[in-house]
Amino acid sequence: MSNAMHNKTLTELKAGLAAGDFSSRELTEHFLARIQQHDGELNSFISVTAEQALAQADAADTALAAGNGGLLTGLPIAHKDIFCTEGVRTSCGSKMLDSFIAPYTATVVEKMAAEGAVMLGKTNMDEFAMGSSNETSYYGPVKNPWDLERVPGGSSGGAAACLGARLAPGATGTDTGGSIRQPAALNNITGLKPTYGRVSRWGMIAFASSLDQAGPMAQSAEDCALMLQAMAGHDQRDSTSLNEKVDDYLGALNNDISGLTIGIPEEFFPDTLDGAIADNSRAAIRELEKLGANVVSVSLPSIKLSVPAYYVIAPAEASSNLSRFDGVRFGHRCDDPKDLEDLYKRSRSEGFGDEVKRRILVGAYALSAGYYDAYYRRAQQVRRLIRDDFARAFEKVDVLMGPTAPETAFKLGAKKDDPVSMYMADVFTIGVNLAGLPALSMPTGFINGLPTGTQVIGNYFREGQILNVAHKYQQATDWHKQAPAFGGDQ
Amino acid sequence: MAIDSKVVAQVAHLARLKVDESDSGALSDRLNDILAMVDQLQQADVTDVAPMAHPLDVTQPLREDEVSEPNVRDKALDIAPSAEDGCFLVPRVIE
Repeated sequence: MSNAMHNKTLTELKAGLAAGDFSSRELTEHFLARIQQHDGELNSFISVTAEQALAQADAADTALAAGNGGLLTGLPIAHKDIFCTEGVRTSCGSKMLDSFIAPYTATVVEKMAAEGAVMLGKTNMDEFAMGSSNETSYYGPVKNPWDLERVPGGSSGGAAACLGARLAPGATGTDTGGSIRQPAALNNITGLKPTYGRVSRWGMIAFASSLDQAGPMAQSAEDCALMLQAMAGHDQRDSTSLNEKVDDYLGALNNDISGLTIGIPEEFFPDTLDGAIADNSRAAIRELEKLGANVVSVSLPSIKLSVPAYYVIAPAEASSNLSRFDGVRFGHRCDDPKDLEDLYKRSRSEGFGDEVKRRILVGAYALSAGYYDAYYRRAQQVRRLIRDDFARAFEKVDVLMGPTAPETAFKLGAKKDDPVSMYMADVFTIGVNLAGLPALSMPTGFINGLPTGTQVIGNYFREGQILNVAHKYQQATDWHKQAPAFGGDQ
Repeated sequence: MAIDSKVVAQVAHLARLKVDESDSGALSDRLNDILAMVDQLQQADVTDVAPMAHPLDVTQPLREDEVSEPNVRDKALDIAPSAEDGCFLVPRVIE
């Protein structure tokens, strides 16, 4: 029994707990043992919280025995190390917060714990979520379980890799420009970025506040629906959280999709795209056609400017957000500062890595006197053009589909010294963040043994519909069930 | 609008970052790469397009003006690099 436990989905594990096939303690011990055995090589966790996990598991077993189970009772979950967790180091992948013990817990973590989730630990990530390869982490790169010489993507690379390697059955991530979807694609898992404002950002360390959104990552769309059901909802403590009713995501999973209209943006299949990447996504779309969906071609003409717009807006917001790290109130402080300015400058320069510093400088430059109109104002105008393109497309279609990432996992170090080439890893995901739309990435086949993913983009607050589409696809195919040889013990 | 070492030094000061002179050249090259990519924005026709701050054009909600947060001074000071008598400690600012 125990050998198979880690290959089960959250939904299957939930049924197993309910049937008494195993206890939450057994389940939690099993995943903790796998992390201990395999994560030395993978580096997907920054902190493992074994003691707290077992205490939560025991409490879950008591609740289950008393018939008081919630949505996630007894299910082990790994949280990205961007979410504050009271009493547990919350590093955000940065030396700046290496010794930061959060004094409070993020809403997302709190809501999942209230539904009975067991926290296994905190996952590795690009520093302050800035990166697409997990190589900017102060704690070292995460390896891709499909090929240990390759990156897992980022910034939620630790979350995606630990799921791919079956070291955890569910994980939280955050997505500012593709940080849930791109690593999901590169590790053969399913990940959803909800509508901006659907999930609370309170206690989630801010990178670019107008784009950041937390979401679920797991083996299947069904599991993402289960997690989102617990994560979503209005939070008074986040002024950008939207007071919209939370849909019944689980209830919508099996809706009939015949008559669904899928839009294929021509810009997601440019001539320059790797043919094999395009083929996998086109095959996934054909599978949905077999299930009764209609396919139409659409155009998002301004989306070609999404990467340039993002690399003004995100660094501008980051330079402002990261000004809070001043060496005075919390986080890293340099030794023997000679005056206050020296304290600020050396604490920040020692605490931040190269990519974070680059983005702060780009943001400060774009916002500085004389350049504001040319950069920031113009980027916000282009952002509206991009949003309007999506809005026009959604007048005609229910969902949009295309490849999640333009390539499979690349080799560690391949793009490390070329930021612009790294930024292009998110060329298909960034537009969705600028428009604030929900989007999911699901596994849709392999190229030379490496996973690829396809994105399903929905209209605002239509998470239920895109989960439904992905679930139907996963009922008809088994790409999402493929696991790497790494960590196998069959 | 190329960035050189002098501009890097100015912007770094604005952002309270210390950039070593030995790194300044390579850093300005990387920043120029990024700005060259960002300059594609100049192609867009944005005549009469209002800048967009929120995808759903939502504005900040107001709440009742009442105390909602507990006093967490001690918790906040506990995680400070240096604190004394209920205050954050920094190098002397006024001689």
